[in-house]
Amino acid sequence: MTVQDRFSALEALPFEVSENSKGRRGAALASVVEIFQRREMLGLLVRRDLKSRYKDSALGFVWSLVRPLTQLFIYYVVIGKFLGAQRGIPDFAIYVFAGLTIYGLFSEIVSSSTSSIVGNSGLIKKIYLPREVFPLASVGSALFNFGIQLIILLVATLLLGSFPLDIELLYFFPALLVIVVWGTAFGLLLSAVNVYLRDVQYLVEVLLLILLWASPIVYAWQQAKAILGSGILLQIYTDNPITLAVLGFQRAMWVKGHDAVAYPDFLLLRLAIAFVVGIVFLLVFQRVFARLQGNFAQEL
Amino acid sequence: MTSPDVVRINDVAKRFVVRKDNSLKERLVTFGRLGRNHREEFWALGGVSTTIKAGTTVGLIGHNGSGKSTLLKVIGGIIEPTIGTVERRGRLAALLELGAGFHPDLTGRENVFLNAAILGLSRTETEERFPEILDYAGIGDFIDTQVKFYSSGMYVRLAFAVAVHTDPDLLLVDEVLSVGDEAFQRKCLDTIRTFQQEGRTIILVTHSLGLVVELCDRAVLLNRGVVEFDGDPAGAVAAFRDNLEERRVAQEAASTIPKKALPEGHVASAAISAVNGGVGEPIEPGSDLSVRVRLEAELPVTDWMCALQIDNSMGQIVYGTTSKRLGVHLTPLHGDREVEFILRDVRFGPGKYFANISLMDSSGRHLHDLPQATSFNVPDYKLAVGTIHAEPEFVDHTAP
Repeated sequence: MTVQDRFSALEALPFEVSENSKGRRGAALASVVEIFQRREMLGLLVRRDLKSRYKDSALGFVWSLVRPLTQLFIYYVVIGKFLGAQRGIPDFAIYVFAGLTIYGLFSEIVSSSTSSIVGNSGLIKKIYLPREVFPLASVGSALFNFGIQLIILLVATLLLGSFPLDIELLYFFPALLVIVVWGTAFGLLLSAVNVYLRDVQYLVEVLLLILLWASPIVYAWQQAKAILGSGILLQIYTDNPITLAVLGFQRAMWVKGHDAVAYPDFLLLRLAIAFVVGIVFLLVFQRVFARLQGNFAQEL
Repeated sequence: MTSPDVVRINDVAKRFVVRKDNSLKERLVTFGRLGRNHREEFWALGGVSTTIKAGTTVGLIGHNGSGKSTLLKVIGGIIEPTIGTVERRGRLAALLELGAGFHPDLTGRENVFLNAAILGLSRTETEERFPEILDYAGIGDFIDTQVKFYSSGMYVRLAFAVAVHTDPDLLLVDEVLSVGDEAFQRKCLDTIRTFQQEGRTIILVTHSLGLVVELCDRAVLLNRGVVEFDGDPAGAVAAFRDNLEERRVAQEAASTIPKKALPEGHVASAAISAVNGGVGEPIEPGSDLSVRVRLEAELPVTDWMCALQIDNSMGQIVYGTTSKRLGVHLTPLHGDREVEFILRDVRFGPGKYFANISLMDSSGRHLHDLPQATSFNVPDYKLAVGTIHAEPEFVDHTAP
């Protein structure tokens, strides 16, 4: 390429403007386009996260399964057998593992996105990238781990002879979408806020612990219903998007429960509403992220 | 050949806010109006406007904290301006820190692909250029080793190799040329010269003023966030040197630490000029230099001599002599005394020079030193650089 070619190529290019993001409009679409253009890099970042996590450990990826399997074991033995929560819940192990798998996805998305910006400070301070890629890469690697757990769950259902093969399996998709949308929305917000206030990452751990018990994962929804009554309290409890997604996921994966336990009415509609509200949150939090990201390089 | 604008900086200002409270508790305690007391703001850039044309190499110079690195980061889009806009076009590669984005646990090969993607190359483009990158870095079979086992030189070479193979139209460089061994630095400079010939635009932040004069077509001098000089590199460097000298003198005057009590005999002051010229005028090569030194002694000092040393702006000694070397026998020093060194036919290269004056006893013990007692400038010389002056000629003996 001659110098003249380079100059004429440059002359034809439009200018990219960088200015204070408080004055920018219509940026949400622009950043979606920008991230889509850099999807290859996003893929490489996800692979980097996954590869580096268990590099140099003899068992590697097996470790990412040890935690949920241990949790399963504890909940199954202590809560299921000792405390008797498994009464009225057939295939209690499948029930618990289904709940833990979908909740684990939410938990991992939120906790790893929250620390993603601070963890990649070396890059953010030195190179311009659309900063959304870091929380999104965390979402990607969380989805990968979710995939592995899902395979184990399916193998377990196969072994127990209750492989989910009916129309209810379709609940899988709205449940997954709701979790991904809500997880990404809060992941984006918290990753940006964490830059300014490092307390957030510790706060998130505590909140995720509370949310685990605020959803019917190791106990059944009707047990909560029995205590909360069927008034407004139950509605608040049920319409927690994570609860809805957990219920939807259990309905898809846990065949033995179809006739054994009660589900809230209009579960699919509730999931749809949760999805739409989640999208609204995602858009709002993306705007917040875009506003906060202008000062990342100097705050890190 | 007309060259288009690559970067347009329109009245850019950048404010930094420094908070003293960084945890939730402190933030809550100092919430609201009280919180204002817990933050300090300062303007790192105070309204910079300039345009950079394609194919030029621009040096950004200024003392520490003058805002040059901030300006480079604003141009690179890494930080947003508080006020104003920056427009830029073409593919950008920022070498603010070599190997930013290298992950220690990944192999060299994996890092090359990751880093190239971060700098905007697609996978197929990286695959095409991979042999070139490997060859340029010269790390051989280590490419499949995790980079945490690399020596720092290998790390830097690989990172630089990736950055220069991304085909940037605009290259931002911040002091990274000072890392690596000499061979690597030369390679960097060669690459930069090739880039210049290929019409790429380079913006360089450096403290090496020699490099600015040698490499740049244009230099921008920043002082406290505003452009103080924008034009030919030699002029910018000269302005910068004067600037630094003013700061040094001002700092010395403002210093609140009480000076140590002067010894009985001490150097009071010194002034430099050409023998026929005034103090502060530039010293032309070939003129005679006069260094007038004022000495004071409350009690008589019988055994003494006076020493002169001239340093260049990098602190290297370029000249030194003493009254003893000149074979002068001095009567005891008492009260005020003025002595003069006259250096005939001095031929210093362009730049700023500092004179240090010492009062010593005859065995060479320092009784009192006055470091950087005074300074002088030698005007720019188009035909050569360096600390000595000589008129160059060039003869082509076997021209066809």
